[in-house]
Amino acid sequence: MKLKDVCKILEAESVWKIDSSRSGSREVTSCQASDLISDILSFRGPDSLLLTGLTNVQVIRAAELLDFVAICFVRGKQPQPEAVKLAEDKGIPLLATPLLMYEACGRLYAAGLPAGTRKEGVPIA
Amino acid sequence: MPELEITKIQELVYELRVGDVMKKEVITVTPSTPVSELRGILRDNRISGTPVIEDGCLVGIISIEDFIRWLAEGSPNCAIADWMTRNVITLFQDEPLIQAINKLERFGFGRLPVFARDTKKMIGILTKGDSIVGLLKKLDVDYRQAEMHSVRSKHIFEDIVADRSSLIFEYDVAGGSNVERAGASASGLKTSLMRLGINPQTARRAAIATYEAEMNLMFFANGGLITAIIESNSIWIEMTDDGPGIENVDQAMRPGFSTAPDWVRELGFGAGMGLHNIKTCADRMRLDSTVGVGTRLEIEILVGGKREVIRDHATVTA
Ligand SMILES: Nc1ncnc2c1ncn2[C@@H]1O[C@H](COP(=O)(O)OP(=O)(O)OP(=O)(O)O)[C@@H](O)[C@H]1O
Ligand SMILES: [Mg+2]
Repeated sequence: MKLKDVCKILEAESVWKIDSSRSGSREVTSCQASDLISDILSFRGPDSLLLTGLTNVQVIRAAELLDFVAICFVRGKQPQPEAVKLAEDKGIPLLATPLLMYEACGRLYAAGLPAGTRKEGVPIA
Repeated sequence: MPELEITKIQELVYELRVGDVMKKEVITVTPSTPVSELRGILRDNRISGTPVIEDGCLVGIISIEDFIRWLAEGSPNCAIADWMTRNVITLFQDEPLIQAINKLERFGFGRLPVFARDTKKMIGILTKGDSIVGLLKKLDVDYRQAEMHSVRSKHIFEDIVADRSSLIFEYDVAGGSNVERAGASASGLKTSLMRLGINPQTARRAAIATYEAEMNLMFFANGGLITAIIESNSIWIEMTDDGPGIENVDQAMRPGFSTAPDWVRELGFGAGMGLHNIKTCADRMRLDSTVGVGTRLEIEILVGGKREVIRDHATVTA
């Protein structure tokens, strides 16, 4: 599905605007959700959306390293200013949804967005 | 080249929406504001015209030209309502920028109020200046993204004449709690590997392993050094520190084991998955540690398709 569909399903707003017209048409093929950086780093596959309650710079770094399509912050949290700055630098769209993590995951799953694989060429031991 | 750039701008004026580039803070006046005050308002805000609002509704627009007309005719002081333009051309926030530029051109106005299509409320104002700034910003972001793809270091290994060659990158990792900069080594390594034309999946694995090691150096060893050696068919990454060392390496490797203090956990770390992640990213891994002396972690990531076979030999030694 497209990033703008994700926004609609999650009732999400975009945190920084500059790229809104173009990023809305980016394709999201799977989703991952976690509040632990090392869990996030065990996910594989680009073109994924990251749902998280973490709002610091490090979650942006993780998304950068893994080539996530976008990050959506749950339960109404707003990312820290340094995090927004890094995301702008790296061109990673940020969304914020008032929904809680469970509800957000549930809605996306029900809408047909699958869980991302943990594989990238090789299974996790 | 100029042709190319024009196409790019043409593309952008269709892509960007009025809402992306408009100014949201709008200075307004009311119909009863005396014309004599207009000059001060325009000068103080460095604008040349402003919407006229009555009871929350847009009733007109007044600009420096109206003011000059008033001056020239030597008319007595009166309300703005007598001099404003009532038939205002407006925009919706979701219109493409090209339509706004056309309207600015066609009607010769300096500014157009922007309305939300759903609430029918005025939410901003667009000038030619705003359109240009918006376009430039967008071009800059796109340019920086494009820059990455155009770097010509891709063939460096083919261009160099030697039996063996390698590139060495070093990254210093500071210790302590300054997490803002943390991750910069991993990010720098990933960017460099991509510039060398290494496939994104391999670059990603190297970056993840480096990131995990970088965070461990910072949290547990008061900093250290990361050295990446890039050869034509493999990437070696070595992380060394002279921190406290690890008492039980097998235990540290176990998924879920962590000694991270609370402040580290509050940042989203301390799952005890870092070393395990490194192992799954690497084709070979070696962790040596001596309590009171320090820790040395070395990994190898193969460039090219042989990963599955070699992986089985991943070793961990204390
Ligand atoms: N360079 C190091 N010096 C000293 N101790 C270390 C070092 N690296 C790791 N450790 C120890 O090994 C443990 C496990 O590390 P690992 O990276 O797997 O998990 P973590 O850092 O605690 O949590 P996570 O990486 O999931 O955020 C750490 O909690 C720490 O006790
Ligand atoms: Mg760790």
